[in-house]
Amino acid sequence: MVFGASSSSSKGMTSIDKRNDGNNNFVAERNLSALIVDDDLIVRRIHTTLLTKLGVKTQGVENGKKAVDLFQSGDFFDLVIMDMEMPVMDGPEATKQLRAMGIGSMIVGVTSRNLESEKQAFMGAGLNDCYVKPLTVDDMIAILNKLNNN
Amino acid sequence: MDRNQVHRQVALMRQSFFDQGFLDEQFIQLEELQDEANPNFVEEVVTLYYRDSTRLILNIEQALEKSPLDFNKLDCHMHQFKGSSSSIGAKKVKSECTQFREYCKAGNGEGCMRTFQQLKKEYAILKKKLETYFQMARQAGPKEIACRPKPKLDICPDLEKNYVGWIPSRFRYTFSF
Repeated sequence: MVFGASSSSSKGMTSIDKRNDGNNNFVAERNLSALIVDDDLIVRRIHTTLLTKLGVKTQGVENGKKAVDLFQSGDFFDLVIMDMEMPVMDGPEATKQLRAMGIGSMIVGVTSRNLESEKQAFMGAGLNDCYVKPLTVDDMIAILNKLNNN
Repeated sequence: MDRNQVHRQVALMRQSFFDQGFLDEQFIQLEELQDEANPNFVEEVVTLYYRDSTRLILNIEQALEKSPLDFNKLDCHMHQFKGSSSSIGAKKVKSECTQFREYCKAGNGEGCMRTFQQLKKEYAILKKKLETYFQMARQAGPKEIACRPKPKLDICPDLEKNYVGWIPSRFRYTFSF
């Protein structure tokens, strides 16, 4: 599955300035934005603090429908941290809808259990990656490095 | 008791939480997020947890009073409660949550009720311990640490621009992916 298409709306998109540092290592210098989608208040708080400390502008919503609505209204986020189980609209459904809209943001799923079958099923909805929640400092840095390199 | 002694007491208390299985690695992750900008982050999150989980415990209690028991609903409530408890590293509480969910899957109402009583006990014990711990930590005040040399991210100096202001203590000297 290829997710090269980016959002058709440019509202809220920050400018990307990629430089070549002379060693053919691209360094993206821009302000990243993230959306935390999770019905658990504590997890949202932890992930928000973690991302804010890493210099990422962060917003949080409590279910998949609110996430889809935000993108539909023209908001854009470089990174989405998507919880699997949520009321109203769960992670897999929200992910499918975002991909169907052509959203090319990095979507990282989080599950509460480290079950391979569960993670695979969630990945099938269109995730870039899947972790067990809550994300650790190491996890988040790995995710942001991947995002920075894309 | 002088300041150093209080700090030692606080450190010993903290270590005992891990040694006795009350807390796990996730609590350390919370501590990693605490700094000058968020000086009481751990206490804030724990307070938020105890406030928010009161509602979840009430939901479970009410669901356990129904007859016949709705195991799907009970499991759903407990899934939420387990998630929150995991987030603060509440190891024993989390373990009881897992046990409760096993009983839900097996349709064992008595097992659920028994486990829930035990869960509430562990939940209350941890609350008391953490309250005492935070109180002592506040009395002890901030710990003075020797000035460390400015960290150097040797992979790519420009990355420091994105991450300026805070680098996890583990990465102070080398930055590895």
